[in-house]
Amino acid sequence: MSLIQLDIVSPRRLLYSKDVRMVIARAQSGEIGILPGHLPIVATLEPGVMRVKLEDESEEKIVVSGGFLEVSKEKITVLARTAELPEEIDVDRALQARERAEKRLKELSKDRVDQARAKAALDRAMARLNVIGRK
Amino acid sequence: MANLKEITRRIKSVKNTQQITRAMKMVAAANLRKAQNSLFEARPYTDKMIEMLGRIGEVTDITKHELLNVRDISKELYIVVAADRGLCGSFNAQVNRFASDTIDGVDSEASVIVVGNKAKEYFSYRNYNIIGEYVDLGDTIRYSKAQEIAEAVTTYYLNGLVDSVKIVYARFVNTMVRKNESLELLPVAPPERPPGIRIEYIFDPTPDKVLDELLPRYIATTLFRALLESKASEQGSRMAAMDAATKNAEKMIKQLTIQKNRARQAAITTEISEIVGGAEALK
Repeated sequence: MSLIQLDIVSPRRLLYSKDVRMVIARAQSGEIGILPGHLPIVATLEPGVMRVKLEDESEEKIVVSGGFLEVSKEKITVLARTAELPEEIDVDRALQARERAEKRLKELSKDRVDQARAKAALDRAMARLNVIGRK
Repeated sequence: MANLKEITRRIKSVKNTQQITRAMKMVAAANLRKAQNSLFEARPYTDKMIEMLGRIGEVTDITKHELLNVRDISKELYIVVAADRGLCGSFNAQVNRFASDTIDGVDSEASVIVVGNKAKEYFSYRNYNIIGEYVDLGDTIRYSKAQEIAEAVTTYYLNGLVDSVKIVYARFVNTMVRKNESLELLPVAPPERPPGIRIEYIFDPTPDKVLDELLPRYIATTLFRALLESKASEQGSRMAAMDAATKNAEKMIKQLTIQKNRARQAAITTEISEIVGGAEALK
């Protein structure tokens, strides 16, 4: 089966680069799965978990904090603010972030921007915790 | 001729200073490498973003977007990026002067956002209309800082407080060379169409939605990039300045050593002639 290169880049650096068999990501309109030879597409990603199938059929989960996904003929590029593999996740930090976000959501229900921000923070924390199997 | 003790003391003091400048040079060199690395590593992201923007431009008229729409300019905003600290040669002076020259050269009403202590000092002393300041950014630029600034200026722009936002910074060419530059941040300048075959892309959900998401990030990234460029330039300039200072100290020590030897010899000559004179008198 053919492979396609997956690059994940953040403003800081290239985070991930591997030849993969399939990518499943959470786009705004729902989950999308991409195999080699997919039509060129640009999609906005929701904060969440991206699943990557490697050549040996093993699966890697990567937490992506929103961003964009582009599929071109030769490779898949993900532009993300941050991305982490499960072993890189700081559990305590994620737990704290979730707590903080939940508190904030309760406190300021008026300001729309703040609310959106807290919601996004909560999504990110939940995604991180989901991947490592902590709820 | 100055006396021997004085010259010795002077040499010691110059040597001390030289040690400090040499250490600062080393630190600057290490920081420069770090700054250069993060600049290079940030490039793929920025390039990709520009590419994407270009692609969206192929399928919809992006110039209609409120962040790309060119209006009549009567109020301009300049973001001036300088360093937080001095001792980096003419870096701060140059970028500040370039910025104030640019600002003074326009007819419209101009306000300034200063980044870095040195820009703040310069522009507040000269009574420019400062509407924001970001200082103590540290040696490692954080993306969140760039995002914060980007969000602030985007809000000003959308609320009509300003009609254009430019960023003035020193672009990093190489260790010795930097170029002061004024870059259009808002309205976003649409990128040129890349040559070659056009590929039809699918946009999920729609090109406009993607554009809505992409533009704020694009602005933050451009700013982030400028901050990184400025940081690398600053460290390069600091390294060069400290290198020059170390060399100057070296030269000074050489001269003082010659002077010291001369003084010593003069003292010896005087002593000998005194002894000879004394012996002569005893005869």
